[in-house]
Amino acid sequence: MNSGDTAWVFVSVALVFIMTPGVAFFYGGMARRKNILSILTQCFAIICLVSLQWVLFGYSLSFSPDTGYGIIGGLDWIGLKNVGQQPSADYASTIPHLAFMIFQGMFAIITPALMVGAFAERIKFSALVIFTLLWTTFVYDPIAHWVWGTGGWLGNIGALDFAGGIVVHVSSGVSALLIAVLIGKRIGYKKEPFAPHNLPITFLGGALLWIGWFGFNAGSALEAGGLAANAFVTTNTAAAAAGMAWAFMEWQQDGAPTVLGIVTGVVAGLVAITPACGFVSTLSAIPIGLVAGILCYFAVAKIKPALGYDDSLDVFGVHGIGGIWGTLATGIFAATAINSGGADGLLLGNAKLLLIQIIYLVVCIAYALAVTWILYKIVDALVGMRVDKESELIGLDLTQHNESAYTVLE
Amino acid sequence: MKYIIAIIKPHKLEEVKKTLEGADVNLMTVSNVVGQGRQKGRTEIYRGAKESSGLLKKVKLEIGVNEEFVERTIEAITKAAYTGEIGDGKIFVLDLQDVVRIGTGERGGEAIN
Repeated sequence: MNSGDTAWVFVSVALVFIMTPGVAFFYGGMARRKNILSILTQCFAIICLVSLQWVLFGYSLSFSPDTGYGIIGGLDWIGLKNVGQQPSADYASTIPHLAFMIFQGMFAIITPALMVGAFAERIKFSALVIFTLLWTTFVYDPIAHWVWGTGGWLGNIGALDFAGGIVVHVSSGVSALLIAVLIGKRIGYKKEPFAPHNLPITFLGGALLWIGWFGFNAGSALEAGGLAANAFVTTNTAAAAAGMAWAFMEWQQDGAPTVLGIVTGVVAGLVAITPACGFVSTLSAIPIGLVAGILCYFAVAKIKPALGYDDSLDVFGVHGIGGIWGTLATGIFAATAINSGGADGLLLGNAKLLLIQIIYLVVCIAYALAVTWILYKIVDALVGMRVDKESELIGLDLTQHNESAYTVLE
Repeated sequence: MKYIIAIIKPHKLEEVKKTLEGADVNLMTVSNVVGQGRQKGRTEIYRGAKESSGLLKKVKLEIGVNEEFVERTIEAITKAAYTGEIGDGKIFVLDLQDVVRIGTGERGGEAIN
């Protein structure tokens, strides 16, 4: 056990935790004023629900010894049985097993919270509660096991995902897109103005995300050492490149750079560097970030309007597209000189890694879409996913939570 | 008695208020409003999507005055709110039936003296 490593992982747990309230602010400011509280409530409810799911059985499904075939963990660690103050034999040998467990728990929490933006302003709260528990159990937990669990089949074939490009961002991004399509467009979408109601709050959320991401990525080294430093610096560098790339795209295409644009670009860059941060050099982080900013801009500003779906706050355009690019970029830019536990990528003459990354993407996207579709149909049949028309027009704050964020009168 | 409603550019409020006070017109109600006239609103763009209601921010003043104050009130607002550019605003003058000063119970012209 190493106290330096343990201290850094605890700091990282807190940093990753703050990302979920950060997501809530990021999305909340973009919603209309009648719906901000529904987004804040959903994000805190997800923190509470997944925290419980994780210690009761989620962690065991993802990380306990494989049940064979690399598909799912067993029930050996259910209720944190055998997960104690000593290091685990399988993971992070220098920190308490409990510290590793809660670090991973924060990733399980933020993943469904990212999806909130896609079906914002029209989902029924009861449906969100049930769907979150089912999705975390049947989509997140297995995918996390495939990639990060000892014996997981994708980890075994050599797929690289340092901090969750696919496990967190692609899985939530594609699932969110499917839910947005199934639940349908908001009433009035593209017919009346849907301007963000409070961009300073969105900015605050973006800032919290950027800070928290240092724990997300550099914490994923699970030690206070050189690899954490590499992940820290690549993370900041890619975010910076993507923020400016998005702003310049807007400047060129729409006439002016915007705060929403630069914040969104930064998040796109953070997403893209997530799978790569511990495998690539700082100079490789610059093209990874630049391409993320440009690609995600096109996905959000051009492709979404052309296809006409209402992924309200662009979960797919930022997390889905950014995560897919980052996963491919890992196959292109990875270098064993940075991380001997990784592999060389395409630029170092190893095309096989890129092929593995593509298999990784295709399998996880197909799995996430199929299971999300089934879970959506189940929850829709049980309680109905969408609020009625009148509730949607009045707003979810009042109709789902009996509250208003902004009073008109004192 | 007249009820005068003036819609002016927000940055002109302080000047209009000072000019009205100079003309001894001291009672007024001020609110933020949005509206449209011949002047068109600016387009807002969020993540590439144009979201424009075309409505501009203006300030509305409401002033109840006795007959002898009507012209100087209109004059003060016109003078102070004028820029010569499109979008300077409007003044509406309505007949005012009655006024009650809640604190004293005074009615009519007395209540706004």
